[in-house]
Amino acid sequence: MSVETHLPVGFEALEEKGWIGSRRFLLLRRASQLLFLALFLTGPLFDLWITKGTLAGSMTFDILPLTDPFVATQSVVAGHWPSATALLGALIVVAAYALLGGRSYCSWVCPVNPVTDAAHWMHRRLDLPKGWQPKRSTRLWLVAIALVVSLITGTIAWEAINPVTIVHRGLVFGLASAWIVAAAVFLFDLFVARRGWCGHLCPVGAFYGLIGKAALVRVSAANRDACDNCMDCYAVCPEKQVISPALKGAPGSSPIILAGDCTNCGGCIDVCAQDVFSFTHRFDERIVEPSPQSAPEQSAARKIHKECSQ
Amino acid sequence: MAMPQLSHSRRRFMTDTARMACGCAVAGLGLGYVASDARALPADALRPPGALPETDFLSACIRCGLCARDCPFDTLKLADLGEEGLATGTPYFTARKVPCEMCDDIPCVAACPTGALDPTLEDIDDARMGTAVLVDQENCLNFHGLRCDVCYRVCPSIDVAISLKASHDERSGHHAIFAPTVHADHCTGCGLCEKSCVLPEAAIKVLPVRLARGEAADHYRRGWEEKEANGAPLVEGLIDLPDRLPGPGTDNLAAPGGFEPAFKVPGGSQ
Repeated sequence: MSVETHLPVGFEALEEKGWIGSRRFLLLRRASQLLFLALFLTGPLFDLWITKGTLAGSMTFDILPLTDPFVATQSVVAGHWPSATALLGALIVVAAYALLGGRSYCSWVCPVNPVTDAAHWMHRRLDLPKGWQPKRSTRLWLVAIALVVSLITGTIAWEAINPVTIVHRGLVFGLASAWIVAAAVFLFDLFVARRGWCGHLCPVGAFYGLIGKAALVRVSAANRDACDNCMDCYAVCPEKQVISPALKGAPGSSPIILAGDCTNCGGCIDVCAQDVFSFTHRFDERIVEPSPQSAPEQSAARKIHKECSQ
Repeated sequence: MAMPQLSHSRRRFMTDTARMACGCAVAGLGLGYVASDARALPADALRPPGALPETDFLSACIRCGLCARDCPFDTLKLADLGEEGLATGTPYFTARKVPCEMCDDIPCVAACPTGALDPTLEDIDDARMGTAVLVDQENCLNFHGLRCDVCYRVCPSIDVAISLKASHDERSGHHAIFAPTVHADHCTGCGLCEKSCVLPEAAIKVLPVRLARGEAADHYRRGWEEKEANGAPLVEGLIDLPDRLPGPGTDNLAAPGGFEPAFKVPGGSQ
């Protein structure tokens, strides 16, 4: 794409809100991802045991059990009814993500997210073609396939190849495969399918998406009348199909991004110079009334400065 | 004409459905192959104490690693992706590297959140991680008439799970062989014997029970055990027939001059 046709993504936000302001949620997410990894790593590294185990199942301070609900579901389908500890752990996780937005797991916890984000960053820098783009629903089919195969083979099938737990287990227990699998996902997202793993295939994320279908914490395009159609939110959103119903909905429609696919990453909030988006709860239907003096200047009409080109 | 449009959408529906069904079938077969490929545990990989039978274990173990974390001797390892026969992320140990020290409080079982390690296992002596087998009599030092005895000495269930069985040493003619003998009913499979074997390659190895043991048919009865349980022969009025004896003229009925029978048939002709 030629640089003359549009401003670089995030340029206006950078101008308006500064370096930190235009990366607030990105920085918070990286901090959160590091924190969740650190909880598991202080034990093996410094003998300070906070959380033991892996993302498949863990125990924090010997009192808080957490279990991945997709793993637990496969276990049940494969024919084992887990003990109370694992069941309680799964219930706690389901309850938490039903409130916080299921796919918050993807953007705030999952160790594969920084890998695919890096692949997407590189993808944009190299201006590569988007490649294979299977339907977004493919990941739901993979959920079904994992459950059917678990039923037939009597094993927790997806765990045989699940990059999320393989990468996490590898990092926490020092196994080499973490790096190989992370590299494979990176290369897949970079050269084979843009946003391919997290956005189209990963059944773990899809399962969390199902859990978070009615989540309380949501992003709202409450200030949508200030939108100047710069399209930056679509460019940064890993699940861009979720934006339009809220941002471009008919007058009177809900400004809340209701789709379970939304990962609550806050990328749209960061990148928007007009502050259209904000975190809120799903029942907050308020819309900011447009004031005549702040009528949006259309992005397309804006003069493009020479120094904007990359 | 409406027909071309109808057939177009129908065509699209059919190709989409076929594509989806075939994609699912291929992906499912691939996943099924990978998932079931890991069901034959290698012979030197032992599961932790209390592990359910392998097929049940693979449906129950969520591969969280909590058992490995709570193992105070770092015995338990998690299988890395691509390790032959081991389901990714499941716990195992290799006796020759680090054996199970058989902790009284069994912390690995206590840590398991799912019941893949059976919580009803309360006495570590009841664990059956495998069975020790003296696989190589030809290299075992004790079978050469030496008193190595290391496997016997290190056994946490010494004289119960393993004992030394003395027999005449035919080679020297006037020594004894003290053969390390495993009693599988009491062997937990902890692997201390295999770990301690002084040979470069252990002569005693812990194998999964399925490889280490045979199985008697359900209907087999041992006469001497039944007789003892009953306190008397099960069948009354048995007659005892003459025994064949070793030495020249083994049939003492046909060729008297062999050994004198220890037992004479009551009312017999001799």
